[in-house]
Amino acid sequence: MSLDKLLVTGDPLILFSQIAIGLTMVGLVALITYLKRWKWLWNEWFTTVDHKKIGIMYIISGVLMFFRGGVDGLLMKAQTSRPDMEFLDAQHYDEIFTTHGVIMILFMAMPMLIGIMNVVVPLQIGARDVAFPKLNALSFWLFFAGAMLFNLSFVVGGSPDAGWTSYFPLAGKEFTPGVGNNYYAIALQIAGIGTLATGINFVVTITKMRAPGLKWMRLPIFTWTTFITSIIIVAAFPILTVALAYMSLDRLFGTHFFTVAAGGDPMLWLNLFWLWGHPEVYIVVLPAFGMFSEVIATFARKNLFGYKSMVFAVVGIAFLSMLVWVHHFYTMGNSAAVNSIFSLTTMMIAIPTGVKIFNWLFTLRKGRIEFSTSMLWALAFIPCFTIGGVTGVMLAMAAADYQYHNTMFLVAHFHYVLIPGVVFAVFAAVYYWWPKMFGFKLNEKIGKWHFWLFVIGFNFTFMPMFFVGLDGMSRRMYTYSESTGWGAWLGFSALGSLVMAAGFAAFCYNIYWSFRYADRNVGSDPWNARTLEWATASPVQHYNFAKVPEVDSLDDFWYKKKAGKLGLKKSDIKPIHMPSNSWTPIFISVAFGIVGFFLVFEWFTLAIISSVLIIIGLIANTFDYDDGYHIPAEEVEEEEREWRGELE
Amino acid sequence: MTQANTPLEYRSQQHQMNIFGFWVFLGAEIVLFSTLFASYFVLEHNTAGGPSGQDIFILKDVLIETFLLLTSSFTAGLAIHSMRNMQKRNLIIWTIVTLLLGAGFLYMEINEFIHYVHEGASIQTSGFTAAFFTLLGTHGAHVTFGIVWISLLLVQIVRRGITEKTASKFFISSLYWHFLDVVWIFIFTFVYLKGMM
Ligand code: HEM
Ligand SMILES: [Cu+2]
Repeated sequence: MSLDKLLVTGDPLILFSQIAIGLTMVGLVALITYLKRWKWLWNEWFTTVDHKKIGIMYIISGVLMFFRGGVDGLLMKAQTSRPDMEFLDAQHYDEIFTTHGVIMILFMAMPMLIGIMNVVVPLQIGARDVAFPKLNALSFWLFFAGAMLFNLSFVVGGSPDAGWTSYFPLAGKEFTPGVGNNYYAIALQIAGIGTLATGINFVVTITKMRAPGLKWMRLPIFTWTTFITSIIIVAAFPILTVALAYMSLDRLFGTHFFTVAAGGDPMLWLNLFWLWGHPEVYIVVLPAFGMFSEVIATFARKNLFGYKSMVFAVVGIAFLSMLVWVHHFYTMGNSAAVNSIFSLTTMMIAIPTGVKIFNWLFTLRKGRIEFSTSMLWALAFIPCFTIGGVTGVMLAMAAADYQYHNTMFLVAHFHYVLIPGVVFAVFAAVYYWWPKMFGFKLNEKIGKWHFWLFVIGFNFTFMPMFFVGLDGMSRRMYTYSESTGWGAWLGFSALGSLVMAAGFAAFCYNIYWSFRYADRNVGSDPWNARTLEWATASPVQHYNFAKVPEVDSLDDFWYKKKAGKLGLKKSDIKPIHMPSNSWTPIFISVAFGIVGFFLVFEWFTLAIISSVLIIIGLIANTFDYDDGYHIPAEEVEEEEREWRGELE
Repeated sequence: MTQANTPLEYRSQQHQMNIFGFWVFLGAEIVLFSTLFASYFVLEHNTAGGPSGQDIFILKDVLIETFLLLTSSFTAGLAIHSMRNMQKRNLIIWTIVTLLLGAGFLYMEINEFIHYVHEGASIQTSGFTAAFFTLLGTHGAHVTFGIVWISLLLVQIVRRGITEKTASKFFISSLYWHFLDVVWIFIFTFVYLKGMM
């Protein structure tokens, strides 16, 4: 491939981005060098194995990706804001909805949630870290390498354009030549391996590292949802691995898994994709449920109503999530019997979900509700998500689905599920756990601006899509004529998306403002919360707990706090064992990124040569016998004294 | 936890977690191979005019491969047995035997693949060959990885002896090796025997 084909040229939008990306890169490097921060970055962040720092890196990446995906969304809204608009051409529109979907689900929702899990779960279970700290770092860097590779497609070689679902034969070489879809196959593969490792890590962490006395039925609900999510990850991600491997083979090596030409079967792709894809939806929404549960219980000052039924509902949803994938292609020639079965299993998910909604409502009932920003997100989530759920049941009816399959109605539906279910949850969680991460609160007043703009903008953006959808506007339609009469609806919707963007801007401003001016004296438990993570300093000490806590009941921290039994005895402090930093995770991941890049361009010799780097990293890793180090008791004592005052 | 009668590899909490984590990973591997098998069953008859399993499979070669791999699983067991008895020399010997058997398996398999390609059944020929080579290739790649990995562990055993840490690493690698054996039994039954019938 010649060099002029390598860079995407000719489109002013992309040219502008290339220049912007280039300048930002140069600027960043210069800034870090000027501030002499390289060493610090390397030691404190790039090689860290601390779950809290890894969590923060995930969240930062997630916010950046939300920006990228959000701009994609705005561009699409701009394109359809008026009939016969000529802002984006068809090809460009295809690329944008594809990258938007992939980025939002895999590179925004996933890292945000995994980031918050990383920060919170070990603290909630009274552990010093996750089970495999180094693997955790590897997970993050693999995700990051995958995300960067995917984003590179925008400026180098060309973006994928067959939709986030990349159905065959459309996604095959024949209909989608070029490297765009190679990026899809390989970047997702790299990030997916990282996610699988995260799933394994959290299954083990939660099973084996709970503090003494923290029985399963005493586990905070967010930890429960993380646990179930991790199990779904372990069960579902290998399917994606295989599907993407087949896709790569078809595209790079001319096999025929999915092309009818020599006996392949495109329905195989659909089945594999959704066997992973549907559980994936629950992978992103279950942790969000957990976050809302924590926030609602804290700010209603009550224990969570129906704790046990909450747990069973999560388990039930997880189980059912594996049995519904065919509802994504009712219209593609299944028998009536098959469609009916999947219609039933799909609708059954509404039952445990309903249980959860009622539990939240009952928790709120008679609570002394405090309308903090986090709580507002949780409260707004309930009605918005319910709209998403009800329209979901409408879509689940196989016969009716023939009417609105692949229309804007569907697009509106899943945004009504995903935005309240994931984005609101992440915002609630970020406001809620921010003090735990950084030692100060985000500004509540700016937070409320953020909240109102975003929620109002969200409803204005997506509500009209239901109507144009029912009126027959199909999904992924890049332009339409005056005579359809959709112009007013979609113009309104586009304005809504600007309001939402303003909300996001308020969020960014809030972060900036709070870093500069927020009060640093908020204490370790600023919300008067119920779970164990609030028993540590804010921001949390490197070693989390000076003494591993003992747990006697659900919401143990709450009761001990009321009883004044949270003190720390000097004699309880022992030296603490900690894992050492490691350079292998980032090294291996960068190597994966390089090999991935060469594979995208089908430069196989270079790919083989550079895969030596991966092997070197793995060998270095297996010969690594570093057993970590101990923080001396005196040092722990001093750090504890700093935030607790005198010890007992 | 540190009891004299718990095996070395289970004595520390971290090593227990490593082993448990590896079981969870094997769970993911089961899903991975199940997906490969399921896809194979979908595409099995889509030969698109190319050769089918019946045309190309050679029972004798497959039987030798099976024999080599099953035996290697047995010797891997002996290696672990020696490890439990702290017999470093036996551990090393049995591991080398295991690795050689594994290498023999790989040699046979590569020959088998070359033969198929000569018969006009390459990975690009049909839906069937794509699924067949990918399933077998994934297993073969696992075996290759296993050989390299266990060789590296062998170096560590030679250098450091049987310690809690080397023992747990070694135990994990043997779980992996047995797992590959189990997968092979499925391949043997549902790909080769079924395909030749
Ligand atoms: C932030 C505001 C957002 C806006 C304005 C927006 C807008 C859009 C639009 C206009 C489309 C489809 C257009 C078409 O099919 O022609 C779309 C598709 C999609 N969106 Fe969003 N969206 C937003 C947030 C999200 C979030 C948070 C997620 C997921 C967590 C998400 C996931 C998706 C997916 C998966 C698709 C389907 C892509 C495809 O068809 O391949 N979106 N979005
Ligand atoms: Cu679904």
